[in-house]
Amino acid sequence: MNTPFNFRLTKFPNEAEILRHEVREFLSDALKDVPKETRAETWYGADENFSRKVGQQGWIGLNWPKEHGGAGRSSMERYVILEEMLTAGAPVGAHWISDRQSGPLIIRYGTEKHQKELLPGILKGESYFCIGMSEPDSGSDLAALRTKAEKKGDIYLVNGTKLWTSGAHRCQYMIALFRTSQEEDRHGGFSQFIVDLSLPGVTIRPIIDLAGRHHFNEVIFEDVEVPQDMLIGTEGNGWNQVTAELALERSGPERYLSSYMLLQELVNEFSNKNDDEGVTEIGRQMSHLTTLRQMSVSVAGMLDQGENPALEASVVKDLGAVFEQELPNIAHRLMGLEPDSKGTDFQRYLAILTQISPSFSLRGGTREILRGIIARGLGLR
Amino acid sequence: MLNETSQLLSDSVEKIFSDHVTKDCIISAEKGEWPESLWNEVIENGLNLVLVPENLGGVGGSWFDAGILFKAIGRYQAPIPLAENIVAGYLLGLGEVPFPENSIITLLDGELQLSDNKLSGVSHRTPFGNHSTHGVAIIGDNSKSKLVLVPILDNSTSDDKNIALESRSNIEFKDVEALHVIDVDFSSDLILKIGALMRSCQIAGGLESLLDQSVRYANERIQFGRPIAKFQAIQQELAVLATHVAASGVAADYASSSMDDGGDELAIASAKSRVDDAISICASIAHQVHGAIGFTYEHGLHFSTRRLWSWRAEYGSGGYWAKILGEKAVSNGADNFWPSITSGKI
Repeated sequence: MNTPFNFRLTKFPNEAEILRHEVREFLSDALKDVPKETRAETWYGADENFSRKVGQQGWIGLNWPKEHGGAGRSSMERYVILEEMLTAGAPVGAHWISDRQSGPLIIRYGTEKHQKELLPGILKGESYFCIGMSEPDSGSDLAALRTKAEKKGDIYLVNGTKLWTSGAHRCQYMIALFRTSQEEDRHGGFSQFIVDLSLPGVTIRPIIDLAGRHHFNEVIFEDVEVPQDMLIGTEGNGWNQVTAELALERSGPERYLSSYMLLQELVNEFSNKNDDEGVTEIGRQMSHLTTLRQMSVSVAGMLDQGENPALEASVVKDLGAVFEQELPNIAHRLMGLEPDSKGTDFQRYLAILTQISPSFSLRGGTREILRGIIARGLGLR
Repeated sequence: MLNETSQLLSDSVEKIFSDHVTKDCIISAEKGEWPESLWNEVIENGLNLVLVPENLGGVGGSWFDAGILFKAIGRYQAPIPLAENIVAGYLLGLGEVPFPENSIITLLDGELQLSDNKLSGVSHRTPFGNHSTHGVAIIGDNSKSKLVLVPILDNSTSDDKNIALESRSNIEFKDVEALHVIDVDFSSDLILKIGALMRSCQIAGGLESLLDQSVRYANERIQFGRPIAKFQAIQQELAVLATHVAASGVAADYASSSMDDGGDELAIASAKSRVDDAISICASIAHQVHGAIGFTYEHGLHFSTRRLWSWRAEYGSGGYWAKILGEKAVSNGADNFWPSITSGKI
């Protein structure tokens, strides 16, 4: 056996490198007034004005087909936009999910009506989607979810609760996985819906995280009447549709760049110090960053070729989260300064990243689930 | 997807190594025996000439191709200086010198002086020194250096070994007449850099072998009535091992291909540092999964781990290269940090 992984080096085409310079120029102007702690949050940070500006540039849906209003460019070019935004600390959170997976899902499984009505708002950076998967009794065990959508005439009647829904309070829509029937196969009987969050019976309650921020929510559905034509894809095929999204969700640059600003700040701090230990540690982290980037880009290349790199994506996400989580600890060890949200730039980055780092190996699939997927790929289960 | 040359080389090295690099072959090499038939196969197939230009009778392959062979050496623990000979062929090619026939060349390193085309000094811990017929050295630390090919004379080599029991000879030169002395515009640092690339790839291959053996063993070994692979504790450990093996393979490939793109230090330094980190994690997990049997000489796991523990310190440890990366990063400044990552140049 050689490794079951299929990472191939992938190079950015020339046009991607040209685009990179355009993005850098745009960001140096657009981010002038964005405060440091917002930058440190990267894709946790949301700014609707910023998202609209990105939409005006034509940089949302860059790799979507032209007939759907996209620019029909490659995933590699889209990747450049993402990594440049993240490393500049752009507040991309508002449109991030719609661009990454809701839009592509609508293009792949949606009806013409879905596409005509929903894609233009996404492309303009005005229409935002959240993902409704986890529930109070269904975290890692997604198939245990209970929220029901019962077919009644030309509507589905939805009852239940979604939990940990990032950004629901600023989204117009949720793409939700509901149970539409009870099947013997525990992965059967699920369907995906596009739910207009302004429908009667939908309540969105904030859940404040440990850093005092409002990012995720509890979304309660009480006799919500979802029109029948808002089912997306095939009834009963929800599980397969959801798992197909996972490679998109797990391999992007956001899976290893969450603490990037802290590393850059360490480079800044050690520019004026004569400290071999610190400098060596910075170099070591660079070697991890460089390698993770090549791995993640490789997955983007596979996606571009229409392959399904679900296993490779899990590898990138697991290693990426370890890297992102380690950086605040390394920064602490090297600098020994208190994380302080009113302190120096370094202390402010440290304050926010130290606190949010536990989420890096929870969101989008926990470490244990990812390693289970990898173990299956190795033929162990 | 590999191109035609790469695929051919890959198939050919896999065939040769899987036929010849048996456990017995490695054990007798550890006792000092030269694996004649293995080496002959390698030479007959021209694997040592992958980086020799076609006009000098070589394959004219890329560094990426060479990387494929380096990784295979690590994966099979092939006890031969193929990597060193590939690099020697490359260096000679830079000086327009053809690869001397029927020779085994090693890479010299140490305090060596050249006077009237005669080499003196000691090359320390030279890989496969006491099996080699010739040595290549770069004398000089600036852009006006000499590329030198010298014969290795009888009774000039020590029989030192690394902990993997691979020959690491001290070779003494006393006014040894060089066969070729060529003016070149690169310094002796080039051997350090290429050496780091070569070992990084070999390590990436060695790590693959750890994963392969560990997965196989976990599926075979039965405890508490089932294969230990069925326990989540073992699955999670092996998954971690696999992620670092995957990362090392990518780091090594990136380094090889960066040589084809001009040879900036960023990718090579990153690779050596990254695979060094991976060894600490992977060797520990592989041995843990194997339990006591993996700690015996009888079981073959150590053919990989002892090589990894030796190779990680050669041609600059991970820490050495990390320091170089870090120094360059801080001197370039924070604003240039990300651009250096995206351009692959530091």
